[in-house]
Amino acid sequence: MSPEASIREVYGKTLVELGRENRDIVALDADLCRSTMTQFFAQEFPERFFDCGIAEQNMIGIAAGLAASGKIPFASTFAVFIPGRCFDQIRMSIAQPRLNVKLVATHGGISVGEDGTSHQAIEDLSLIGALPGFTVIVPADAIETAQVIRVAANNYGPFYIRLCRPKVPIVYSEDYRFVLGKAATMRQGNEVTIIAIGIMVAAAIEAADNLRQEGINCRVLNMPTLKPIDKDAIIKAAADTGAIVTAEEHLEHGGLGSAVAQVVATHQPVPMEFVAIKDTYAKSGKAAELLQRYGLTAKDIERAVGSVMKRK
Amino acid sequence: MSLSESGDLSQKTSADKGSAGVFSSLSVAEMESVAKRIRRHIISMTGKAGSGHPGGSLSAVEIVTSLYFKVLRHKPSDPGWSDRDRFILSKGHAAPVLYATLAECGYFPVDELATLRQLDSRLQGHTDRTLTPGVEMSAGALGQGLSFAVGVALAGRLNAQDYRVYVLLGDGECDEGQIWEAAMASAHFKVDNLVAIVDNNGLQIDGWNRDVMNLDPFNKKWQAFGWHVIEVDGHDLTQLIDAFDRAKLVKRQPVVIIAHTIKGKGVSFMENNVDFHGKAPSAEEVKIALKELE
Repeated sequence: MSPEASIREVYGKTLVELGRENRDIVALDADLCRSTMTQFFAQEFPERFFDCGIAEQNMIGIAAGLAASGKIPFASTFAVFIPGRCFDQIRMSIAQPRLNVKLVATHGGISVGEDGTSHQAIEDLSLIGALPGFTVIVPADAIETAQVIRVAANNYGPFYIRLCRPKVPIVYSEDYRFVLGKAATMRQGNEVTIIAIGIMVAAAIEAADNLRQEGINCRVLNMPTLKPIDKDAIIKAAADTGAIVTAEEHLEHGGLGSAVAQVVATHQPVPMEFVAIKDTYAKSGKAAELLQRYGLTAKDIERAVGSVMKRK
Repeated sequence: MSLSESGDLSQKTSADKGSAGVFSSLSVAEMESVAKRIRRHIISMTGKAGSGHPGGSLSAVEIVTSLYFKVLRHKPSDPGWSDRDRFILSKGHAAPVLYATLAECGYFPVDELATLRQLDSRLQGHTDRTLTPGVEMSAGALGQGLSFAVGVALAGRLNAQDYRVYVLLGDGECDEGQIWEAAMASAHFKVDNLVAIVDNNGLQIDGWNRDVMNLDPFNKKWQAFGWHVIEVDGHDLTQLIDAFDRAKLVKRQPVVIIAHTIKGKGVSFMENNVDFHGKAPSAEEVKIALKELE
């Protein structure tokens, strides 16, 4: 079992480093700075930190105004609230004018656990991905998160970065370099490709390693940048392996599976299966229990690989 | 100087060397003529477009005129000038009054006003900061401008810049909860470089504010949220300019100017007539209106 680390903590600490390097970096939160970990920034740069209280829509507007005046705002709260609660504010105050705002949403997906439906963002990627001009990223582990936050700070434009609540296994070595808009090959293979995002990358690797024991050769791609998606890697995977399984901690509509399917259908049609939350809300429970209940484990990916290979 | 032709003002603009308040030498009488021309533009441009929002544009004419021709430090030749005072139109449907005023200042040619709402025009139905010189915010989805203005004001403080931020809200717009989130935050962050102006014309699409969604006691609401409140006749340039001057003296507190106005002001059949909130005048109505505004 790989060591685990909190990607939220890495976010908070990376933000402090960025704050030291660039005085235009500012941070905003909506009464959750101890959960999103913007608290570290708040402690070191109190004059550049704005706690907006439990008023997310206003936070989005203030972030937009700061960005329109040359600042690089990082605005954070839970992923159920941005984009969910502030969709119109994000659309008109940030996306349409293409302002340089970085939305870092924590507690994405059902791995939030016991807090239940109201706190489980399972549609956020679909909502934010619908907005023209947004770059959407879901890092897979702590090593990738640190780099993603830096890339967001150093590239102009609106970014949405989704982080999860629990600690997650480290899937990368320290020499990994995240490249914006590029997939990373986690396992080589030529019979089927598993394309995964976020916490499902670790599950995809586990599934591929199990399947290798059975003689099935899986390619595993991590697709951290959901938008703009790495079309070339998808087309190549379809051409090389002839079947694709996607895996995401999100509804099956409008997330990674939909985006990959659009590329596949347009350029290189091959059978696909989708490991994702079906058309339902989840409930309270421990993260591991929920992932099992809603079909987001390595075993579910292995079953999907079995199904898709029969359709080749 | 002659104010009969807008070109004269544009010329004055191009001679601008970047000093503050390029138009501030205008007398109130001269500004009244500018305001009348802006009203005529609003009628002509919405009439030609065949759609748009003349009512809430006409009610805000003196507010916007007093800002651009007396109060704001701005350079029409350099809309992105970092030290400019910012005017943020939160009630984005009043785009015609802003476009007309920007054109009169020389941000773009007056002739361009005739392209309002047409395909490929820089003058969109609601304001778009990516297209129009001098437009600070993409608005039209009500309730978002005050939050945006707070962000701009905070950035000015962080950068130790002395620009001031003016944001124009509609009274009906104050139904939006986000306005009050931002009102709370403005007082909390003590942004004293921010002035909100409410175009208090009393009407919203479905009727009188008091019947649709009562905002009273409006003045006391703002006070309770921690604002310094000034009330003026929103069609009296002298009162408006005086209020903007007084607002500069208020420290560690945001200021709201509640400007009492008349929707459709200046055109008899549009005044207090909610039908002209979002309806353009017909060709015949344009003729009558322009006659009244001679």
